[in-house]
Amino acid sequence: MVYRISELHFSLLSPDVVKNLARVRVVTADLYDADGYPVEGGVMDPRLGVIDPGLHCRTCGGGIGDCPGHLGYLELAKPVINVLYTKVVYQLLKMVCRKCQKVMVEEGKERKSKRKHKITISDVEANIDLDSVIVQPATCPFCKTKSKKITFVKPYTYYEEKKELSPMDIRERFEKVSDKELTKVGFNGGRPEWLILTLFPVPPVTMRPSITLEGGERSEDDLTHKLVDIVRINQSLKENIDIGAPEFILNDLWELVQYHISTYFDNELTGAPLARHRSGRALKGLIQRLKAKEGRLRGNLLGKRVNFSARTVISPDPRLSINEVGVPESIAQELTLPFYVTTKNVKEAQRLIRNQKANYVIRPDGRRIKITEENKTEIVQNLIEGWIVERQLENGDVVLYNRQPSLHRMSIMAHRVRVMPYQTFRMNPSVCFPYNADFDGDEMNVHVPQTEEARVEAAMLMAVENNLISPRFGGPVIGLDLDQISGIALLTKAETKLSRRDATLLFGLAGFAMELPAGKEELTGKELFSLLLPEDFAISGYRSNFYKNRKIEKKGEDPDEWIEIKDGKLISGIIDKQSVAAENGKLIQKLERMTNPTTAKMFIDRAGRLGAAYLMLRGFSLSIADLDLPPEAQTKTREEIQKAEEEANQLIVQYQTKELTTLPGMTRKESLEAQIMNALASGVSRASDVVETSMKPNDIRNMYLAGSKGSVITTTQMAAVVGQETILGKRIKRGYQKRTLAHYKEGDLTPGAHGFVAHSFKQGLDPFEMMWNIMNGREGLMDKSLRTRKSGYMQRRLINALQDLKVMHDGTVRNAHGRIIQFTAGEDGIDPSKSDWGTIAWKDRLDMMVKE
Amino acid sequence: MYNLPTKIQEEILKYTEENKISEKQQQQIIDAVTKIHKMSTYDPQEPMGVVAAQSISEPATQMTMRTYHFAGTAGIQVTLGLPRVLEIFDARKEPRTPTMTIYIEKSHQTLDRVRKIAENIKEVKLRDLVKSTILDLTELKIKYKLDLERLHALDVDEKKLSRLVNVRNAVAELAGEMLHVIPKKKDITNIHKIKFGVLEAHVKGIKGITQVLVTKEEGEWVINTLGSNLKKVFEIEGVDATRTTSNNIFEILDVLGVEAARNAIIKQTRFTLDEQGLVVDPRYIMLLADMMTTEGNVKAIGRYGISGEKDSVLVRASFEETKKHLTSAAIHGECDLLKGTIENIMVNQVAPVGTGAFDLVGKIPQQLPEEEK
Repeated sequence: MVYRISELHFSLLSPDVVKNLARVRVVTADLYDADGYPVEGGVMDPRLGVIDPGLHCRTCGGGIGDCPGHLGYLELAKPVINVLYTKVVYQLLKMVCRKCQKVMVEEGKERKSKRKHKITISDVEANIDLDSVIVQPATCPFCKTKSKKITFVKPYTYYEEKKELSPMDIRERFEKVSDKELTKVGFNGGRPEWLILTLFPVPPVTMRPSITLEGGERSEDDLTHKLVDIVRINQSLKENIDIGAPEFILNDLWELVQYHISTYFDNELTGAPLARHRSGRALKGLIQRLKAKEGRLRGNLLGKRVNFSARTVISPDPRLSINEVGVPESIAQELTLPFYVTTKNVKEAQRLIRNQKANYVIRPDGRRIKITEENKTEIVQNLIEGWIVERQLENGDVVLYNRQPSLHRMSIMAHRVRVMPYQTFRMNPSVCFPYNADFDGDEMNVHVPQTEEARVEAAMLMAVENNLISPRFGGPVIGLDLDQISGIALLTKAETKLSRRDATLLFGLAGFAMELPAGKEELTGKELFSLLLPEDFAISGYRSNFYKNRKIEKKGEDPDEWIEIKDGKLISGIIDKQSVAAENGKLIQKLERMTNPTTAKMFIDRAGRLGAAYLMLRGFSLSIADLDLPPEAQTKTREEIQKAEEEANQLIVQYQTKELTTLPGMTRKESLEAQIMNALASGVSRASDVVETSMKPNDIRNMYLAGSKGSVITTTQMAAVVGQETILGKRIKRGYQKRTLAHYKEGDLTPGAHGFVAHSFKQGLDPFEMMWNIMNGREGLMDKSLRTRKSGYMQRRLINALQDLKVMHDGTVRNAHGRIIQFTAGEDGIDPSKSDWGTIAWKDRLDMMVKE
Repeated sequence: MYNLPTKIQEEILKYTEENKISEKQQQQIIDAVTKIHKMSTYDPQEPMGVVAAQSISEPATQMTMRTYHFAGTAGIQVTLGLPRVLEIFDARKEPRTPTMTIYIEKSHQTLDRVRKIAENIKEVKLRDLVKSTILDLTELKIKYKLDLERLHALDVDEKKLSRLVNVRNAVAELAGEMLHVIPKKKDITNIHKIKFGVLEAHVKGIKGITQVLVTKEEGEWVINTLGSNLKKVFEIEGVDATRTTSNNIFEILDVLGVEAARNAIIKQTRFTLDEQGLVVDPRYIMLLADMMTTEGNVKAIGRYGISGEKDSVLVRASFEETKKHLTSAAIHGECDLLKGTIENIMVNQVAPVGTGAFDLVGKIPQQLPEEEK
């Protein structure tokens, strides 16, 4: 039977409860005696729990880990306000009549609580929210007593008119308020007098362990330091009261007790100085322990550290399937999972131990024994049903593979282990996209699920092949990348023809066997690609990336333009980014939807290897000379850039002679800038048109046409002109007064003086141009770092806001407490990760069903 | 009876009509599509909220910071990119660049008429009508030389101007083409303040609308504005109130209600994401908008909105303002029912989402078979 915590109640701690729970009455500020033993009645009293290994608790007898620690208490000489509740005390003082002790709100005039769904123990709705600001009523509506103005001075002083209210006075007043009155203000967590401490709970040592430094010296926890202060001052106050010391001395000590107790709770109080350690470091109060990123809540309760995990650098290996991960031998030997010995698998367990494939055995009595060369035969002999063998990772084990930042659920997926030599995790480059990984030194983590349920869930829900389609947009997040696309694209071009011999070689390089179509001596690339497709697969109706920007709608004669696959045969079209890449690949999408994830997975594995293999067969290289444009194209681009610069210069002249047309809603200067930017941009784009049309076929061109890397713009920047560099979306204008660099004349508005780079990267930039380029680059870096922070926080907020929404069995979306947010999830119930770019594509599937 | 979404129903109807399909076959198609639809729906207990949050914020990492964009052909700059998304989710009362798109009814669709409407909407301040200002220190008067041409072009009656320029502590009077402003108190220290105050006086148009731009969009004349005031614009004759919108979500909430505000959140978020070329399924944005508006007003994503009003104490305390939420829970005697994910992770229990929401019930034999004992 598994017990579950079903509820968690929050309330105030009453002195009686403290006294009942406590095992120690703390009376002395001393920690250890001369021999180094903890003093009884001190804050390190051995009855408060154990922190030293080997010792046993004087209260419960448990050792470290068994003994939860026990509470102590300190009798305060004079009561002290609990700083955490100073605001509530203030509100109550304002609202409770000083004479009749009733809450001064006329019946029927109670204000409604802002929080509507508060669940409280008594389930009584708070009529007045103690958290909000309350205006003190002038007279009591019940006994008509005039109220006196209460003021609160931070951190913990109250005045009634001019007179200071001592914690004692406040306590006395609160004691007289009836429970019924308290529910009126939503005070259901206990008695208000408990907000004034009389008994101070001393926490168990287990929550404030001391560390023994080398040399045997003990270093105490911050809380212990604070507790010592509290006890010391409290004792001295008590003694002073006993000897009848003058009032002012008592008040000073009282104030000091108040200060120490306050900073013990919260050491970031406004109005109170920070309590400091001897070294000058600010001490951590209880609140500081809980708060913020590294606090108990966010740092420990929500961010748990785990065992059975590993982390190392990643590197690519296209020979692995996308759902595999190469795990280094050294890691595989360290990571284990429990192997439960039964009558049926004893032999297997024995084999594991004998071959040193297991690290520990756990006997039914819970003893863990390390398997060594010496004791392994003995263990094998004793091994019976009921023992657990902690065996090492093997090929085929399910592990979770993760890369931070984990921005979406595909950042952690289940892979199958392949134990491999060397020291890095290996992965198929096609799964880089969902993890956003590259191999420039990225590290990733592996986690080993330890129970059968966890492994099954991981294998079924988190497996790579079951996460091919992104829930974000209903398209593939896993697909071919870079050379894989280039290769497949070049292979499937109509002109590609391979001899039977080359085709065999190709599949040999790719590393998988394929039955080549019989009787043909020469095979087209399209035929070879078709071998990867299931027999009845069909897709058509989109252009290949090579022809992406074509305007004509009609289907032309070009066998490379439109994709058409019928009965598992590629009839026309080049298979490139549009078919096969992550985020865009329509073929992968359709394959996953129409067949099954395993087929799609296999296709990606094979297509990727085929693509890379074809490049090896064909050869794929680029040289600087590839960026050479034909002479007439070179002059053409140069002319276009010059023309644009001249245009800009003319605009400047017009501006200076005040003939320039002012654009609506802009100043003259702004109009000039906008028009210059336009003129230069269109010049660059004309140059880029020239590059696009005149560039000889080469592998740079092949890459951007296939969509594997680069674009017309980047090619233009390399071959013809870099163009305008901008800061904040405008021409560069910062620098000196009225000029960007000291080399220009003041007021120079020409393109070159404001960030226009007229050279190409191949030609090389002049020093000024390089400056502009670097300035632009720096802006990019700044922007990126700012953006990651902003969007990171946005994600945290979004997740927190939507965290408990889930789709229920009736199709509604509700929050954890059952409130309906949507009556039908997404208004049509469709799960985008089971959709075709957000639709259910019923027409496509209808065809399939009709066939069946 | 299983109901297909309306859109799919319409699609089927269109499809059967186009292909002349018999009623019997149509029913077969409907049955088949119903099956397909069922296969494509959410599994029960799917944590849609988290997926939605991830789907919106993951591409946000790729968004550009400070982008301004020209709405329409040229002219009006609007905040876009990450800052705009944050603005929407924070539910700011006033966007950084409020804009309106004003559609005009068919009967008023002539360029002249639309220009006239645009002109009337644009705020005219006295500053726009003054050629020069003279500060007469001997008489303690401020004299404004009026641009009569502009005055007439904008259809402003100069006689009414003195009444319009109703600045505190000063009286205005017209003297030919001059406008004299006499401070009530003969105090030289204040005269500068008054001088500038008068220039800002609202003369005509709608307050806050600093720019108007008439453009042709999809064959009709549309007015784009910088500055927003839906209530006032709706009162103008010729404005098509059914289509005219603003990018100020709170204004839409005030003028048109929550449903409209919800739609505005969806539309604005989608517009911003689309503009950046990011693809996010609209269903997630709808869920977010629904969450922001379920209680009848627009609530921010964050500490002062949804997150600050979560039912669970632990969820609130773990997000932000730990101290506030824990102390208030103690005072009110709150109780955390541990129904959500975060709460259960905190106490180390299986959270009731996805597979964790189900229990396995096994048939346990009452008595073990003899031999196994």
